[in-house]
Amino acid sequence: MNRIDPDRVRVILATDCGSTTTKAILIQKIDGVFRQTHRGEAPTTVEEPFADVTMGVLNAVTETQELAGRRLIDADGRIIQPASGDEGCDIYISTSSAGGGLQMMVAGVIRQMTAESAKRAALGAGAIVMDVIAANDKRRPHEQIQRIRELRPDMILVSGGIDGGTTTHVVRLAELIAPAKPRPRFGSEYTLPIIYAGNADAAPLVADVITDGFDLTVVDNLRPVLERENLGPARDAIHDLFLEHVMAHAPGYDKLIQWTDAPIMPTPGAVGNILETIARERGINVVGVDIGGATTDVFSVFDGVFNRTVSANLGMSYSISNVCAEAGMDNILRWVHIAMDARELRNRVKNKMIRPTTIPQTLEALVFEQAVAREALRLAYLQHKEFATTLKGVQRQRTVGDTFSQESSGETIVDNMKLDLLVASGGVLSHAPSMRQTAMLLIDAFEPEGFTTLAKDSIFMMPHLGVLAEVHPQASVEVFERDCLIHLGAVAAAACSGKPGQACFRYQVRGDTLEASGEMRVGDMKLYPLGLGETARVAIQPERGFDFGAGPGRAVERDVEGGTVGLILDARGRPLQVEGGVEGWVRALELYPEGSVA
Amino acid sequence: MTARAYTPGLKVSARTRHRVRRILPIAGDVLVQAGDAVQARQAVAHAFMPGDVTPINMANLLSMPPTDVPDCMLKKEGDRIDVGDVLARTPGIFGLFRSEHTSTVSGTLESISAVTGQVIVRGEPLGVEVRAYLAGRVAEIVPNEGCVIEADAAFVQGIFGIGGEAFGPIRRAAADHADPLTEDRITPDMEGAVIVGGARMTEAAIERARAVGASAIVSGGIDDADIRAFLGYDLGVAITGSENVGLTLIITEGFGDIAMAQRTFDLLASLEGREAAVNGATQIRAGVMRPEIVVPLPDDAAGETAGTSDAGFLETGAPVRIIRDPHFGRIGAVGALPAELHVLESGSKARVLEVRLDSGESVIIPRANVELIEQ
Repeated sequence: MNRIDPDRVRVILATDCGSTTTKAILIQKIDGVFRQTHRGEAPTTVEEPFADVTMGVLNAVTETQELAGRRLIDADGRIIQPASGDEGCDIYISTSSAGGGLQMMVAGVIRQMTAESAKRAALGAGAIVMDVIAANDKRRPHEQIQRIRELRPDMILVSGGIDGGTTTHVVRLAELIAPAKPRPRFGSEYTLPIIYAGNADAAPLVADVITDGFDLTVVDNLRPVLERENLGPARDAIHDLFLEHVMAHAPGYDKLIQWTDAPIMPTPGAVGNILETIARERGINVVGVDIGGATTDVFSVFDGVFNRTVSANLGMSYSISNVCAEAGMDNILRWVHIAMDARELRNRVKNKMIRPTTIPQTLEALVFEQAVAREALRLAYLQHKEFATTLKGVQRQRTVGDTFSQESSGETIVDNMKLDLLVASGGVLSHAPSMRQTAMLLIDAFEPEGFTTLAKDSIFMMPHLGVLAEVHPQASVEVFERDCLIHLGAVAAAACSGKPGQACFRYQVRGDTLEASGEMRVGDMKLYPLGLGETARVAIQPERGFDFGAGPGRAVERDVEGGTVGLILDARGRPLQVEGGVEGWVRALELYPEGSVA
Repeated sequence: MTARAYTPGLKVSARTRHRVRRILPIAGDVLVQAGDAVQARQAVAHAFMPGDVTPINMANLLSMPPTDVPDCMLKKEGDRIDVGDVLARTPGIFGLFRSEHTSTVSGTLESISAVTGQVIVRGEPLGVEVRAYLAGRVAEIVPNEGCVIEADAAFVQGIFGIGGEAFGPIRRAAADHADPLTEDRITPDMEGAVIVGGARMTEAAIERARAVGASAIVSGGIDDADIRAFLGYDLGVAITGSENVGLTLIITEGFGDIAMAQRTFDLLASLEGREAAVNGATQIRAGVMRPEIVVPLPDDAAGETAGTSDAGFLETGAPVRIIRDPHFGRIGAVGALPAELHVLESGSKARVLEVRLDSGESVIIPRANVELIEQ
């Protein structure tokens, strides 16, 4: 890989090799600022008959070069580096989730402690966690071994014990894994990488057990003491082994690795990277969501702590039937404002599952899909909140002052009142016919409280920018703010609930383009136009019991930024009560064309 | 701009040169040779998987520190173990009060740990066998793994299935392609048969087929509620094939009241009495896998061998099936392929095509919502 002088970089090329599509974007420095200028895409070519990922990459880059009028590939089919005149690029980087991404198994001694920390490390590195094995997972040893045998992970992360603690339980875990001889996905010559990140004293004993057919890497303990996680070394080892083993066995990646200026990252790992960078640079709390056909990824950064979860079977096509099964049809239909036949819908859901590439043609089909999306997002966020917690198993010293406080170890760190920015990506959110629908999907599913900015990823370039953050953070942040995010606007929502029709809050909005004031009652929603680049000062006086962040009944004033949707005032209360029907909200935000609301 | 667009389709072929790879999950012995004629149910390769593992916490069982376990073992690593064998015995006090552990499993002693006090016994190897599935000729041997079998066959891909590989003669149980498969159409002499229905198969028909011992049912559609009743649970994702329900089900068109495509029905009806191999396994993910019905044909049968592509380009005049409401299941031909984006009733913009339905009516459909019917 080349050494890069950040000051001399003018042109950056980035690709993301997804399971089905390879996307290329071109970033150029224009008037001293990095901007995303062109993009191209082509089918991914990992599977037979092509079996060479670089073909898809070159096709996507070729489309980009034609659109940009800039030659990026030479006659030998190589990416031209460095840039000179109107050809080539200075940096080329890539991410990948082709072939199903990185699939891992993790093991730890106690499910709620070391095993959970191991899971966090694997998820943070962008992996799909197939199963978690723990000494107390209520399965008998032979059942655990059977499970390890059935799964075909690309990699296993083993943790357990604090440094200096007991070694027996950790070695017992290794003794389960070694005879199980899990078969990896990539054929018999693949030696399965195992990362050991547990009690340092047990490392030599683990190495004695895990020998033939495995490639053992020992890194620092990811939970050296109960009170602290140290996920960095395990995460780095996962990235390295992902490149060395998994990628090296995927067709064509050996070539692609040679081309790139930074290690190829798993796509979700890169998305997490950019969100973490943004949260740090701006000093804000961020939640990002990417809802796909098969899975939904949720990322959060609260008070600098990053968490990621993958809800493996919540998605809008392959997994749509699972969303309906998990949420229940009644929960989905509560979001629908037009009459639908449940039996017919069940068959439609299954038809979408077996033909996942179809799109809604009728308004009814769109309303239904967006209802399913609300439930998929809601369930994924619920799982995320349960996972993103303070460390479990940590003893806290309680004082008299804590007598009435419910705080304990293992509490979720996701706090909707502290949330500043909510970013959406994924087909059903990005391609909704109206941005209002996207904004409303986010508010209904995530239930933000107080003041929150809503945005969407314009053309899904967060993965590209995530890797770019590793080699050129400035370019990454500039493009993220100018081209990646489309601001939808802001929502001001009251926490706590009341009876429908009861007074909720009074508001006053002052801005260059918007002056408004009024009163909101429980159940009301209101939308004010506040365009891109426009700001306004919003003063809220909540009624007793309602909270906007300063405490129940306390007045709050905040500056908000506008967007393609505007300023949304939400007096529906939290948690959201949907039982009364959604027609009023659909009408207030003019979500669907006139006439669709009875 | 050329009026071509790539679209997936399901293959329905009266005669094609069909090849199947029959591979063991782990290395083993191949039982056939290139050029051999094989029958569908014949084993072509077998192997032994390492047996299941039983961990025994000897330190706990004999109440001793893990470090003492190796000294108390009466069997060494690699020794054969039978049920009732004494595996370990404590020295006791002056030779008295000894405690011992007798094995409840048989196999081989794999490891003894002085760190955890754990002893691991590996059970008897598990035999794995791969059958030919397609009656035909062995075209290629994959050393230590399996073989490739080839035969001329009629081949029909379904859209979704449940259950794994099954075999049997084809029996038609519907008058025509739009005839629902009801309970009264299933007769006791259909035991072991691959039953071909027309439109939706009902839950009562499925239960009756299972009761008479049929091998499989192939029909146009099925109701989601019926599949749930049959399986006993709601299907989450379309990854099937390992259900153990005593009957393989394959639908060719989709969920709901939907008739089998005329061409598919006519082909299957023409094969009545012939031995078929079917597989309901479906995986709708990257690297999609669809259920299939394969009917090997004799070498001298008349008919031409069709190509093997399962996808193609949309062109004016190409026959297509609409695969999403509001015209789900309707069949027609491509009338026009406008290049510009079209605003749908949902408000979304999408590339569309005009489909001339068999009824003579023309409708505008998003390109993503049709599939080619192979000629």
